Amino acid sequence: MSLTPLLRKIFLVDLVKGLKVTFHYQPPSEAITEQYPLERPVIFERFRGQPRLNSNPDTGESLCIVCNLCALACPEQLIVVKGERNPATKRKEVVSWTYDLSRCMFCGLCEEACSTDALELTQDYEMALYSREGMVLDQAALERGPEPEKYAK
Amino acid sequence: MSERTDYLDLDTKDETFLDATELVLNMGPQHPSTHGVLRVILKLDGEKVLGTECVIGYLHRGVEKIAENRTYAMFNPYVDRMDYVAAVSNGLGYCEAVEKLLNVEAPPRAQYIRVILTELCRIASHQVWLGTHALDIGAITPLFYCFRDREEVLKIFEKYCGARLTTHAFRIGGCIYEAYEGFEQDCKKFCDAFLPKLDEYEELLTTNRIWVERTKGVGILNPEDCIALGVTGPVLRASGVKWDLRKAQPYESYKDFDFEIPTGLNGDTYDRYLVRIEEMRQAVRIIRQAVDGLPQGPIMAKVPKVIKPPVGEVYHSIEAPKGELGYFIVSDASTQPYRIRVRPPSFVNLQALDKMVRGLLVADVVAVIGTLDIVLGEVDR
Ligand code: SF4
Ligand code: SF4
Repeated sequence: MSLTPLLRKIFLVDLVKGLKVTFHYQPPSEAITEQYPLERPVIFERFRGQPRLNSNPDTGESLCIVCNLCALACPEQLIVVKGERNPATKRKEVVSWTYDLSRCMFCGLCEEACSTDALELTQDYEMALYSREGMVLDQAALERGPEPEKYAK
Repeated sequence: MSERTDYLDLDTKDETFLDATELVLNMGPQHPSTHGVLRVILKLDGEKVLGTECVIGYLHRGVEKIAENRTYAMFNPYVDRMDYVAAVSNGLGYCEAVEKLLNVEAPPRAQYIRVILTELCRIASHQVWLGTHALDIGAITPLFYCFRDREEVLKIFEKYCGARLTTHAFRIGGCIYEAYEGFEQDCKKFCDAFLPKLDEYEELLTTNRIWVERTKGVGILNPEDCIALGVTGPVLRASGVKWDLRKAQPYESYKDFDFEIPTGLNGDTYDRYLVRIEEMRQAVRIIRQAVDGLPQGPIMAKVPKVIKPPVGEVYHSIEAPKGELGYFIVSDASTQPYRIRVRPPSFVNLQALDKMVRGLLVADVVAVIGTLDIVLGEVDR
């Protein structure tokens, strides 16, 4: 600190110091902005996004056993599961399964409660819609998973 | 505050409008510098502030009432939505309060993971504060740098628990997620990369003449006022009171770590800036120690599936990035809390605003709101 405050003032030392930092980040290699629709973000494995109902890959049967645990665990009570016992197989089968996406806060409690890995919050994140219609997903939509429109220039 | 007169009552004097020297001005609720929806009624004499009144409640969602209709586990995600820039700390406070009520303790590994994440969260919260505070005062560069570096913390959160902002990272009794592969390396890498970045922030601001002029001697709070108003956190420590719940009432595994509590001397905006910058350095120190000493073992204590605490009440508070965050829970032995009351740091700290800005200029109000580091989600709940 040999410079006196006056000299520091005259030579704008503080200004130069700050500018040195900002100019250090000028080369294009330092740019960190993601050009979103063209460049996709990396989504990590545990991400909680759009829900999906899984079915057995071999038989195509739904893994859901209509135990209603997910509906009971949800703080927003937005899952409604209705099932009926099939007299032939003696198993409960889904009659209707709805999930109100517009009220979901993606806390993951339903996924944790599910006893059979049927309900899963996937890594899909493109859920925006133009209206509230279509926010209540039924079993078919949940099994299909999201179908985001492909972005084209 | 006995000297406070009823300054908003303009009709008391029989004067014409032209003689009036006082002006009442609404700042907010839609004002970029109020960090949300806070309305401050200012009574001005020219540029000078004679008094203020805060009007809050624009973001009230009734979180405490919601708690009465949810089970203990179900209420956990809601607390993230109070102080949304430090969601992990909110979750920690709530989980610990319920654990205290149940008389269980999280296993050591869970405690270490919790400490690492809450300290990362402290850094992220201070970065948001620094960026927005500097932006309010006129320095736009730190905002970009802070948000750029905060991204690394959010990535660790996303990898660990699957969400970036409203994380729902902890559960009552421990953690539900095991540390992912590479968690330790990620934390260490972040610590190594972050310290030089912190020096960069300081280079931009600490000696910058505009910054110093705008912050030094602005919004002074002396220790007695701080204690009388119940102010906590960095605002209290910048006034020279060495009070940090991590040291005063160690919770989790904080007693295992070696760290300093930075304090200020003058209690002005500049000191609060220095204290928070130093707190980030100390947070890095804690993270490094915790990552090195991360024990093996279970991450979840034995907690019944249906949480039914015994009849009783409990108050538990933690040192959140903004100050003392306390939860008061009353249990009537059912699955749902009888009453939950939250003691948010932002709400209490906001009370100091009037004391701090009297006699300053309008532009300083912006600086003081920034330095108090309030989050309106937490003020209104
Ligand atoms: S993620 Fe949470 S809010 Fe959404 S359906 Fe599951 S439990 Fe309910
Ligand atoms: S918890 Fe799983 S198996 Fe049970 S009803 Fe829900 S989705 Fe089906």
